[in-house]
Amino acid sequence: MATVIQIIFGLIAALVVGAAVMVVTVRNVIHAALWLIACFFGVGALYMLLEAEFLAVVQVLVYVGAISILILFAIMLTRQVTGEGVRQLVGGWRLWLTAAISALLFAVAIAPTVIAHRWNTPAPPGPPGTPEPLAGVAELGRAFVYEFLLQFQVAGVLLTVALIGAIVIAFEERARRRRVLTLAEEHELRKRLAQPQPVEAPAGEPAPAPRATPISEGEVQQ
Amino acid sequence: MTAAVPLEAVLVVAGALFCIGLFGALSRRNLIGVLMGVELMLNAVNINLVAFWRYLEPRFITGQTFAIFIICVAAAEAAVGLAMVIAIYRNWLTVNADAVDSLKG
Repeated sequence: MATVIQIIFGLIAALVVGAAVMVVTVRNVIHAALWLIACFFGVGALYMLLEAEFLAVVQVLVYVGAISILILFAIMLTRQVTGEGVRQLVGGWRLWLTAAISALLFAVAIAPTVIAHRWNTPAPPGPPGTPEPLAGVAELGRAFVYEFLLQFQVAGVLLTVALIGAIVIAFEERARRRRVLTLAEEHELRKRLAQPQPVEAPAGEPAPAPRATPISEGEVQQ
Repeated sequence: MTAAVPLEAVLVVAGALFCIGLFGALSRRNLIGVLMGVELMLNAVNINLVAFWRYLEPRFITGQTFAIFIICVAAAEAAVGLAMVIAIYRNWLTVNADAVDSLKG
C-alpha cells in the first residue's frame, strides 16, 4: 500500500513540476495556458492524495474551470500580439539572472531548510490501522459559519469588489468599440496589407500613445 | 499517506513549483505569462498549507480554510489582472510588460 502511494505521489509530483516547467518555457502562450491547466489538475490530484477532497474539487472548479478559461480568453482577445514568432522571454543576461535566482532560491534556501528542519509530526494514534482523527467537510462548513465568519464575509466582499473592478477596468465605451470584421472585409484587409506600404510607422518608439486608435487597419470607417 | 510519503517530499515539490513560478513571473515578457507565473506561485503556497494541515494538525480545519481564502484571493487577482491586461492592450496595443512604462520618469 505504501509503495503504491509513493508511486502515485511520484507521478503527480513529476506531472506538476514538469507541467510548470513547460508553462514557463514554452514559446506559444496558448500552449503555456494548456500546460497550466495540466499543472492545476496535478495540484488537485495532490490535494486528493493529501485527503483534502473538498479542496481538490474547489481546485478543479476554480482554477481549471474559471481561471484557465479567463486566461485563455485574455490570450485570444490579445491574439494579434501574443502569437507565435514573438519573443516571449526576456533576453540575454536577464534570463540567466532570473534563472539563477530561482534555482539558487530553491537549491540553497528552500530545499535544505525543508529537509534539515525537524517537523514535529504528531505520533500516530494507537496501533497501526486505527483511523486518524481527520477534519472533514463538515468541520470546514462549521468553521466558516462560526470561527471564520468575519473572514468569510470579507472574502465575499472582496470577490464582489473584484467583479465590479474587473468590469469597470475592462469596459469599453460603445463609441470606441471595434466592429468584428466580416470574412469579406478581412479578405480585403489582407489584400491591402499584402501590398508594400511606403508609409511606415516611425522607427523610434513602438508608438505607446495612450488612447491610440485601436488597430488602424482593422478599423472600419463609419 | 502520512506514513508513506514524508512531509519533506511534499514541501520540496511545493518549493520547486514556487521557484518555477517565480522564474516564469520574472522572465516572461508577456503580461499574461507573468500572471500565469503568479498563479503557479499561489498554487505552491496552497500545497504547503494543505500539507502542513495534513501532517501537523489533521484534527483542526484551519489549514484548509486558509487555502480556500487564498484560492478566493487568487480568483479576484486573476479577474482584475486579466481585465487590466485587456485594458492595456486596448490603449497601448501591446501586452509586453517592458513596453508599458509611462510611469517611468
